[in-house]
Amino acid sequence: MSFSPNIVGFACQWCTYAGADLAGNLRAKYPPTVKLIKVPCSGRVEPEHVLEAFANGADGVLIGGCHFGDCHYKTGNYKTSRRIAIYEKLLKDSGFEADRLRLEWISGAEGYRFAEVIEEFTKQLQEMGPSPMNGGV
Amino acid sequence: MAEKVKTAFLLAGGCAGCEMSVVDLSEALVGALEHLEIVFWAPTVADVKYKDLEDMPDKSIDLAFVDGMIRNSENEHTVKVLRQKSKVLVAFGACASLGGIAALGDLHTKEELFKQAYKDSFSTDNPEGIYPTPEYLLDGKYNLTIPTFLDRCSTIDQIVDVEYYVGGCPPHPSFVGKLIEAILAGNLPAPGSWLTSGKAVCESCSRNPAKDGVERLPVGDIKRTIDGTPDSDKCLLQQGYMCFGPVTQGDCGGSCLNVNIPCRGCGGPIPGVKDFGARCVSMIASSLADDATAQKFIDQYNDMAKMFYRYSHTANRLNHKIAGMKEQKVSEACK
Repeated sequence: MSFSPNIVGFACQWCTYAGADLAGNLRAKYPPTVKLIKVPCSGRVEPEHVLEAFANGADGVLIGGCHFGDCHYKTGNYKTSRRIAIYEKLLKDSGFEADRLRLEWISGAEGYRFAEVIEEFTKQLQEMGPSPMNGGV
Repeated sequence: MAEKVKTAFLLAGGCAGCEMSVVDLSEALVGALEHLEIVFWAPTVADVKYKDLEDMPDKSIDLAFVDGMIRNSENEHTVKVLRQKSKVLVAFGACASLGGIAALGDLHTKEELFKQAYKDSFSTDNPEGIYPTPEYLLDGKYNLTIPTFLDRCSTIDQIVDVEYYVGGCPPHPSFVGKLIEAILAGNLPAPGSWLTSGKAVCESCSRNPAKDGVERLPVGDIKRTIDGTPDSDKCLLQQGYMCFGPVTQGDCGGSCLNVNIPCRGCGGPIPGVKDFGARCVSMIASSLADDATAQKFIDQYNDMAKMFYRYSHTANRLNHKIAGMKEQKVSEACK
């Protein structure tokens, strides 16, 4: 049996979370690897939350927000994009695989896209193996 | 107070700068000695040996300070002994609380560190490339030992329980005085807290735009400290010099800012921040005007780990775990 990664997903309630709901309604199939946490906005996701997930052994972290221009709070996702870009560099410089962190813009209408992202990310993490925090190298 | 407070200072893996900060109190310290009895402070003040500390009864020291991180086996042993002998243990300064500058060594392997320190550095003359070893047999009969260099640094609270934390590199002398007063008055907060003001550096910084009623604007420029001389009245972050003041405790009174140098976070995180570096990323990124500025920042500052975790590398659980695994990786690669 191949390894089943543990993905912590932070989903914006206006877009990605609705997208995940739609994926269910559409009966779209995707691996049961993601644990979704509903947040008011992707801009609410602090790098500290991502760090906490990785330090507790998450194999991957997904942050899902609205497409640019669609943010319910106007600028939340722009801030997320800057934060995550800098935080990825910080993770890389600290000796951690930054590819384990993924940022996606998925709208409430993109149910199939949500399923596709989870499938892709799961496959990618299976190739990378378990997080070094969980005995992987 | 009838009895004097039995006090100890232990230098672990630090530079003794924190102790110098206490000594800087000069007359104030002499005055405090009416209430304090120094039972252990080697070698700065008292000539007491480690074995004397080991011989003290358990819990006989009222108040113990540790400055410096855990870098070698000696630090680890003495901190454990001191914990056993003390009622209250304070992690004193950035190294003891967060890891400090030396903890940045955890981003390198032991081999890299030794090579730099004992072979490559400019002032070193070591043509045979001899490294210190924990044991050495001299003249075939004298077995000499020195402490073992550990695989990674640790903060004091990663080894033993700690009651209080004080940030700063070093803690500002005036603050040390306030701390001793609080202890004498029996006015200590709940265990596990920082014995600091909890206010950000910006609060004490004379450049804070809010003090003149000026609005903070998104930062559209990125500069390093080597790029020109900053305007000495204007907020450094607003000028594009990355300053960590907003998330750092400002018991220093903004002393770096007073000499035109941006804050790098030695005071420790303000309350509510779990991880200094991650929150700092959040703060800096949210202040930037657009993605292009963020990219410029990434391109210009070449090592984010040494930038954001300048003083708090070890306190981050992820960093601490990665540091614990790096030597293992090296030995596997050598097989």
